[in-house]
Amino acid sequence: MVHETLAATNAIVVLDVALPGIVWGWIITMNMWAKSIGTGIIFLTFFLLKKYPEQTGFIRFPAVAISIVFIHLFLFFTVIDLHQMFRFWHIFFYPHLTSAITIGAWMATGFVGLLFAMAYAIYLKKDEAMYDKFLGWTVLLAIPVTLYTAGLMAESTARELWQMPTESAQMILAAFLAGTATMILLGGNKFSDAIKKDLAIILGLSAFAAFTLYMSEYIFGGMKAEEVAATLAFIKGGEYTAMFWIGQVMAFLVPMALVCLSLKNKSYYLLKIAAVSALVGLWVSKHVWLVIPQLLNMS
Amino acid sequence: MQLGFLVDLHLCMGCKGCEIACKVENEVPLSTWRLRVKYVDVGAFPETKRTFTPLRCNHCANAPCERICPVSALHYIENGIVNIDKERCIGCAGCVMACPYGAIYIDPQTQTADKCTYCAHRIASAMMPSCVVACPVEANIFGDLDDPTSNISKYLQQHQGDVQVRKPEKGTDPHHFYVGGGNVQLNPLASFRGEGHNLFNNLTHLPIGGHH
Ligand code: SF4
Ligand code: SF4
Repeated sequence: MVHETLAATNAIVVLDVALPGIVWGWIITMNMWAKSIGTGIIFLTFFLLKKYPEQTGFIRFPAVAISIVFIHLFLFFTVIDLHQMFRFWHIFFYPHLTSAITIGAWMATGFVGLLFAMAYAIYLKKDEAMYDKFLGWTVLLAIPVTLYTAGLMAESTARELWQMPTESAQMILAAFLAGTATMILLGGNKFSDAIKKDLAIILGLSAFAAFTLYMSEYIFGGMKAEEVAATLAFIKGGEYTAMFWIGQVMAFLVPMALVCLSLKNKSYYLLKIAAVSALVGLWVSKHVWLVIPQLLNMS
Repeated sequence: MQLGFLVDLHLCMGCKGCEIACKVENEVPLSTWRLRVKYVDVGAFPETKRTFTPLRCNHCANAPCERICPVSALHYIENGIVNIDKERCIGCAGCVMACPYGAIYIDPQTQTADKCTYCAHRIASAMMPSCVVACPVEANIFGDLDDPTSNISKYLQQHQGDVQVRKPEKGTDPHHFYVGGGNVQLNPLASFRGEGHNLFNNLTHLPIGGHH
């Protein structure tokens, strides 16, 4: 945490308030993780229905059901993290449009409405054309719903580690990673080899791209800003080092390796292990990245 | 009108009068602070010096806390103060994440955000902020930055070259200045901060409970 101290000044804080605690903790991690699954599965459903319309019709209902469940988990964790949760409605009645939280809340509301419309179309009306029409709009809204948290992190001026556009890229990649992993687990063995191969490639490439971004920040982030260097110290030998690497290995390295093996051996079983590892590791990675900037004293 | 603060660190003697006055005036709950004075020791024995730095909200002209607040609970009033409407706050803590100075906290009693308001309620009645009144050496100088004849404007003119704000690189444009400050006082990364030097340590109890 100390970066500019000189032996000559030997400056030591001898009386002040306690170091700040973690304000956004595991509840916000759950929020981001559940949202990645909720929007990611929609991206993947759109992709599969476009590319393999004949073979993937059966995913329509389970995909929208999973999205509804995880988006509601995301909303649940968002609301319970508020210190005044019964004032949640203020966001709609006193909206402040410069805030990513406001934009996110509105977009998420529209997204949930469209998910229910899709569920209605496929479950009650049994109308696939109507479902697909709604799906187009849902995919469009899934983009801002995925990205608004990155906007929120960018607006968190105090937390130098959370930079744009890196956070946007990480959010989209997390959605692809989580969406693909969920789709792999959802599809069972019903998918053809071509679909399995596509899912494996998307999972592997998302993991590779996200890992590259994390490593780029890990190695170079501290060279531009001393606050970033001080923050990264918590994962470079500091108290979150082990957790950071557990997250990186489970979310990205293991899935990358298993994807290669599963493509080589045509093993769908390995792909399922990769999917589970990615989902667990993503939670851990997101949590570490969320928490470490909050350990830094701001004043 | 653009109200602003200036602290002359040459004058501050760390008596914490401002801190206590603020606590009393604003009924700031235990363990939270709208204003506090940080002590940093510099040098090695026998060449040592203790520095004192009052820290409060800077009422930034480009305030990240105001920008991130989803319900405008944090808002500007016409005299430039960044004020807080605690009835509207939903307690999302976005502002806590956004303020680069750690000036906002969640009030444990109301469960809403709180911070220094430059005593906006006193100013509305033409009174100075309570910390200004309490300071025995007049190290806190408060006034209208738009008025070149105000005390604060004159002080700024007279001390050009020795005026600083905290973390100017954040682009927040603070309306809170320091005269006579150094990196050690204004940059939290420039001093070592060990645990245990808090205003209140963990509460400990004598082992006498339950005995006659
Ligand atoms: S110092 Fe912090 S709380 Fe005060 S106006 Fe600036 S960003 Fe907001
Ligand atoms: S905690 Fe309150 S004041 Fe702070 S950003 Fe959220 S709603 Fe606004």
